[in-house]
Amino acid sequence: MSSGIGGRLPVIITIILAIMLTVVPLPGWADPYRPDWVALTLIYWAMMMPRTWSVGSAWIVGIIVDVAQGTILGQHALALCFIVFATVRFHLLMRVFPMQQLTATVFALLALYQFILFWINGAAGIDVAPSSYWGPVISGTLFWPLVMAFLSGIRMRVQHGR
Amino acid sequence: MVASRADTSNPARIPALGIRFAALLILSIVLMVMDHRQNHLQAVRQAIGAAVYPLQVVVDAPFRLWEWVREGTTKRNQLQLEVSRLQAERLLTNARLQRMTALEAENARLRALLEAREQVRDEVRVAEIMAVDANPYRHNIVIDVGELEGAYDGQAIVDAAGVIGQVIETGVATSQAMLISDPSHSLPVEVNRNGLRTIANGTGEIDRLDLPFVTNNADIRPGDLLVTSGLGGAFPAGYPVAVVETVTRVPQEPFADVTARPAASLDQVREVMLIWSAEAPPATETDPAESDDE
Repeated sequence: MSSGIGGRLPVIITIILAIMLTVVPLPGWADPYRPDWVALTLIYWAMMMPRTWSVGSAWIVGIIVDVAQGTILGQHALALCFIVFATVRFHLLMRVFPMQQLTATVFALLALYQFILFWINGAAGIDVAPSSYWGPVISGTLFWPLVMAFLSGIRMRVQHGR
Repeated sequence: MVASRADTSNPARIPALGIRFAALLILSIVLMVMDHRQNHLQAVRQAIGAAVYPLQVVVDAPFRLWEWVREGTTKRNQLQLEVSRLQAERLLTNARLQRMTALEAENARLRALLEAREQVRDEVRVAEIMAVDANPYRHNIVIDVGELEGAYDGQAIVDAAGVIGQVIETGVATSQAMLISDPSHSLPVEVNRNGLRTIANGTGEIDRLDLPFVTNNADIRPGDLLVTSGLGGAFPAGYPVAVVETVTRVPQEPFADVTARPAASLDQVREVMLIWSAEAPPATETDPAESDDE
């Protein structure tokens, strides 16, 4: 809320990091399994600070991802909006979930995310093999505990380290 | 501190979440329709693209640094090998170039005889492919030449071996380009041996192009070189595109099943050349999917 730029800066940096990881070239075999770093990061911040990081910021980040990747303007913005909306809506519930259950929820959110991207591609007439949507969902779920640990560390430092 | 505590412990609902969500949903859909159907948002894209550019540079930097370090630490004998290889190559190309000048003069003379317009040389500029992954759904690359250097939509991109693709979106200092292997890319080509004109479509596989409109009785066979015909307007004529790999003729079908392998190794190049074609005015708006000549 009124935590100012000092409280937001670390979060913004993690989001920028996530966008950079999204455009870093990977070797061909790993490319289909690139996790949705941006989606994971936004899910975490929306869950922990839903007042500061909600659908509005998700939308802006989504537009930036669209431009960086050259996808249809609004595609990632819409998909990120959806999952962040769901996260904010259930953030209290998600916070008390045990790790396995939370990971399962993240899996569902990532699947929803990919489904929206898939659906928009379909509507726009861009054909992509449907199987290629599962790679990021699976790898994203596997990476979630790690991402969460990393971002928790940052959040602890921001909130209690001052 | 106070803010963050309120943030984490207040169980109250987030105000106006649903309304904001709905508004952004509609906004996204409007944006997508405008972007996809009418391409109105070039300026918006460019503005945001300028903000994204530093990120791309940062991502690209380690790869560049690595290349630089590797170049700096190559062993002496390796360098000597490289030099002798290049010298041999230069000798060969020089020899070819000599014949080329003679041929060019002859061509100009014949053209004058035929009263055809004399061909103008194309202007080229080397661009580097940035180590930045573009659109995951398409075969796109990001190059480090943008509107500042005069890149324009539909501009042809080649490498030493053949056509790579074309610019589809210009930013300020970078551009997105579509490879010829993208499923939505079509390229008017002709068989170099006999001038048979057709279209080469991308397949989504990096090493295969499709020629869907070759009639069953057409004179085409494996090993034929396909060059750009220049008919679409976007590409200057005469650049090698692909080599025909397989020709399958099914008697009942009107068209033969022809596949070709791109002449340029699309996934291995790092340096490409942008062509400012003197024949095609840069102002023409050509959709990569709509250029046809059948």
